[in-house]
Amino acid sequence: MIQSGHTRVSNTLDGIHSYEHRFCPAPFKRGPIDVSWFLFIILAIFTLGGGLGVVVTRNVVHAALFLLVSLVAVAGLYLILFAEFLALVQVLIYGGAIIIVLIFAIMLTRTAEYPYISDNKQWPLAAVAAAAVGVVLGAAFLDNNLSQTTPNSPAFADLANSLFTTWAIPFEVASLVLLVALIGAIIIARTGEDNR
Amino acid sequence: MVPLVAFQLLSAALFAIGIYGVMARRSAVLIVMSIELMLNAVNINLIAAASHLEGTGRWANFDGHIIAIFIITVAAAEVGLGMAIILRMYRNRSTVNVDEINLMKW
Repeated sequence: MIQSGHTRVSNTLDGIHSYEHRFCPAPFKRGPIDVSWFLFIILAIFTLGGGLGVVVTRNVVHAALFLLVSLVAVAGLYLILFAEFLALVQVLIYGGAIIIVLIFAIMLTRTAEYPYISDNKQWPLAAVAAAAVGVVLGAAFLDNNLSQTTPNSPAFADLANSLFTTWAIPFEVASLVLLVALIGAIIIARTGEDNR
Repeated sequence: MVPLVAFQLLSAALFAIGIYGVMARRSAVLIVMSIELMLNAVNINLIAAASHLEGTGRWANFDGHIIAIFIITVAAAEVGLGMAIILRMYRNRSTVNVDEINLMKW
């Protein structure tokens, strides 16, 4: 198997500012608190704040910008997890492409009704459902006791080897999906008057 | 080091926010944005697990990275197609309010 020969990049953020912590709840007591905790808390605040901004604000352009904040903070979380390639891809595709497409769509569908159609009448039910899903997921995550290692990341060469050998067929299917989606988008979005 | 459960709780919270957005918003563009939030929550979860856990059996311990790459690819395709559908919807009905798109509603 090609996957077995990968190397590990060790966690270099550990132990920079290590000191014992006293105020952490029980599931988090796994080691000394360090600089990655501070980065994690800051990025988590930006991620969740951006997400809340997306679902709360009444201005659609502000929602897109909040989404950008959240996505870039998620790229920072990938960096804490030592997934540098994913952080790069996240900034390029989400921050660069998807936000631009969303803002284009907002611009092309600009209607006067946007401020009045932000939330529908069933938002309390939606809040209850979202809280229930969050509680169930959180309980499931707090309940697991998987053996963890220190955060490590694959080398780029191993990632590429695995992507082009073990995952080659899904990779080709993904390229086909992109092609079909783009052709479909062109056909759906064109006006129909220009095909003479 | 930040334990796995912290990332998992963060991703659960982000997923719940995305679900609230999908269910409570009325503008189609905002619903697509909430779907992006949910996809990102899943990606955080996958990459945290790939980075904190050992691979077992046929799974290498970085397969989560690869699945996350595929999720980002599909998200890009989804946004392109979804925006085309929203543009078409706006041109035909001159609204993006999903409560008014009830032609096929029983």
